[in-house]
Amino acid sequence: MASHGIRDKVAIIGMGCTNFGEHWNKSTDDLLIDSSSAALASAGIALDDVDAFWLGTMGSGLSGLTLSRPLKIQHKPVTHVENYCATGSEAFRNACYAVASGAYDVVMAIGVEKLKDSGYSGLVVSAPASDGTQATVTAPASFSLLAPAYANKYGVDEAELKDVLTRIAWKNHRNGALNSRAQFKKEVSKETIAASPLIAGQLGIFDCSGVSDGSAAAIIVRVEDAHKYTDRPIYVKALSFVAGPAAGPIDPSYDYTTFDEVVHSANDAYKQAGITDPRAELAMAEVHDCFTPTELVLMEDLGFAERGTAWKEVLAGTYDLDGELPVNPDGGLKSFGHPIGASGLRMLFECWTQLRGEAGARQIPGVGQKDSVKTKALTHNLGGAPGACVSFVSVVGSELD
Amino acid sequence: MTGIISYGAYIPYWRLQRSTLASALGSGGAKGARAVASFDEDTTSMGVEASRIALRGVSEKYSPQSLWFATAEPGYLDKTNANAIHAALSLESSVNAFDCLGSVRSGIAAVHAAASGNSIAVLSDIRTGLPGGSDESMGGDGAAALCFGTENVIAEFLSTGTSTSEFVDRWRTPGDQASKQWEERFGEYAYAPLVEVAFNEALKKANLTAADVSHSIFSGLHTRAVKAAPKSCGINLDTLRDDFAATLGNSGTAHWGVMLANVLDTAQPNEVIAIVVLADGVNVILLRTTEALSAHQKQQDPSLTVQAQIAAGRNDLSYAQFLTWRGFLHREPPRRPEPDRPTGPPSLRTAAWKYGLYGSRDESGFIYLPPARVSLQSGSIDKMEMVRMADIRATIATYTVDHLAFSMSPPVVAAVIDFDGGGRFQCELTDVDPASVKIGDRVEMSFRKLYTQDGIHNYFWKAKPVRTGVK
Repeated sequence: MASHGIRDKVAIIGMGCTNFGEHWNKSTDDLLIDSSSAALASAGIALDDVDAFWLGTMGSGLSGLTLSRPLKIQHKPVTHVENYCATGSEAFRNACYAVASGAYDVVMAIGVEKLKDSGYSGLVVSAPASDGTQATVTAPASFSLLAPAYANKYGVDEAELKDVLTRIAWKNHRNGALNSRAQFKKEVSKETIAASPLIAGQLGIFDCSGVSDGSAAAIIVRVEDAHKYTDRPIYVKALSFVAGPAAGPIDPSYDYTTFDEVVHSANDAYKQAGITDPRAELAMAEVHDCFTPTELVLMEDLGFAERGTAWKEVLAGTYDLDGELPVNPDGGLKSFGHPIGASGLRMLFECWTQLRGEAGARQIPGVGQKDSVKTKALTHNLGGAPGACVSFVSVVGSELD
Repeated sequence: MTGIISYGAYIPYWRLQRSTLASALGSGGAKGARAVASFDEDTTSMGVEASRIALRGVSEKYSPQSLWFATAEPGYLDKTNANAIHAALSLESSVNAFDCLGSVRSGIAAVHAAASGNSIAVLSDIRTGLPGGSDESMGGDGAAALCFGTENVIAEFLSTGTSTSEFVDRWRTPGDQASKQWEERFGEYAYAPLVEVAFNEALKKANLTAADVSHSIFSGLHTRAVKAAPKSCGINLDTLRDDFAATLGNSGTAHWGVMLANVLDTAQPNEVIAIVVLADGVNVILLRTTEALSAHQKQQDPSLTVQAQIAAGRNDLSYAQFLTWRGFLHREPPRRPEPDRPTGPPSLRTAAWKYGLYGSRDESGFIYLPPARVSLQSGSIDKMEMVRMADIRATIATYTVDHLAFSMSPPVVAAVIDFDGGGRFQCELTDVDPASVKIGDRVEMSFRKLYTQDGIHNYFWKAKPVRTGVK
């Protein structure tokens, strides 16, 4: 399989990200206007300077008009993309390719989701007409299957695993407490997390990401043009997207302790970026912590821990803000909620912020300085359910290789 | 010689103790329990379960002409309910499927029709009444299926007797949740002469006397008339067989079928069975067991006898849950969207899957649920054979308890199950205690009504724990 990547061919020159939360007083249009304006201001350009747009949203609108109407875009290409929970990342990936191809000079990738207008708890997705035989379990139930399978395979007892999952939620909330854009901006005690009412399987309400509204946007140009706009562009090192055969739910050999799609997209991304030891080389990672067991399994799938050891690394604080490899320094989906189309770009926004040394109270020590050794960051999105998902991995960096 | 070649009774898992009912309503305490169809069952799905049990006892060559379905509580009007049973049993399209609906007496019609050809009669009913009434406490839910044929007959059809009379005893207007009954003593008066006439007619046709009867089954919703009937027939009261008043309640249309199944579970060869059904008249059927019955009993799964199913029931259903399941108590739904209605064209395209639980098996032996066209490993297209999974047991690979999913009876217990011999499937578990589920538990498939939306019943399969009812 050929996957050449576009390492150091395009750069991010500006980003914007709204606060995430229950925006009862903001519409999808408002969120798009806010994040795009912030991104344009960050890049120091006007809307007219943007040649083409990629809009990611799963359920907040259809077609490019969802963006061109509120922004009053004057007859330019606006592409609407959807790829489950990786939708925002998918908008970014395709926007990058458009610039790398030479088709456009300046493009915008923008993601948005307005979840809080539905009136329901959790994520609501309308399905195509069907014969009614599809499993009707909710997302927390699907992901809760990981916990007993992992514990069983690696001999972790139930109480110990609960501690591990609790610590993941605790860590992400702790990081989110330092982030003014987060939906939940306060620390939550381990006791509160562990005692929260059960939603599905072993997962309590604090093991689940929140439900919020939000939007984020990035402006992308060719690498050679980047310094016209900023002294500190962020370079795209790798973009990998994988959809699998969705065979987990029908294949008895699948054991619910891994996401094959993530392993494939991570390996592809590391190859594109020239990364051989992600745990040592990456300054930070933003990963798809939709539910606490997801983050646990991702640590192994992304190569941040040996198989069967991530639970120990979590307990040891390896992925804390001051740990060996900070994971979800902005607070993750846990603190931000998961407005589908926006999440991937929100993750990228944290890489942009940290690698430029602009993260304030949650700035990772030794990252984002002129003499920083670690200059690369990773984002990871996945959509679907264990055994049947899509996965996206990007690597970005503040230095050209 | 035409007769019954196989049979099956299906008793739902749940029991409502009459003491539970009495303590909730503060009324007098009748003894025993009634059987309760679960929230995901209706007369059609229970009919499928009874038929599956019956079809276990016939040879693979058995090819029925028709399937006759009788119930007083149909899932649909206008649309034939028997077709879903026909589809779930994966019968050929050349096999008829007919309904006999509305009255308790319909069960007799289905059996008469089935006996006149090599056909299957399926009797099913869900009985309840207004809270506090005797129909609610003394009714029961269940189904029975009888396969008729000419080879390997286990009970030959000797004769029938009938007496029909129009009188107002019990009635229900379509759409009503409960039936009404005239003053009890009037029904007793009206039924008494009809019993004698019909019974004597049947005896005469078979050239038998009342003393020849080894097992007698008296069934009907008019309790007093049913109780008085054996005496007027001159039947030896020792031949009266269990009417399950204490353990299951009266399952109306299906009731005598369940009683007959229980008799056939233990009867000896060459015994005469008298069935007397009081329903808007009286119908009598006389059967004689054959030598083939013993062999049939031996090959039967001991967990599927009526007694074993009674023993395997769960006794702690709450009255509130019962009322909710039967639609008498509207409870706050979860804050989740209601499920979409199953749509017509996809349901037709996938009928073998949706109703027959067929998967597809590729060249390597990998089984796809639902059926797939492309092989996972080789990528070859349409190199598949269809394989029926409904009667294969499976083991729980992993599971979860979903407190958020929409359900009439939360929480939803969802499991990933691996079938013996291959095939993985993610489905709901039913008739299960969420706290007792474990990885490695054995399950079997059960045909259920997942939900009803826009009046369309979404029938599909769930898994339930394998229970050996014999205690």
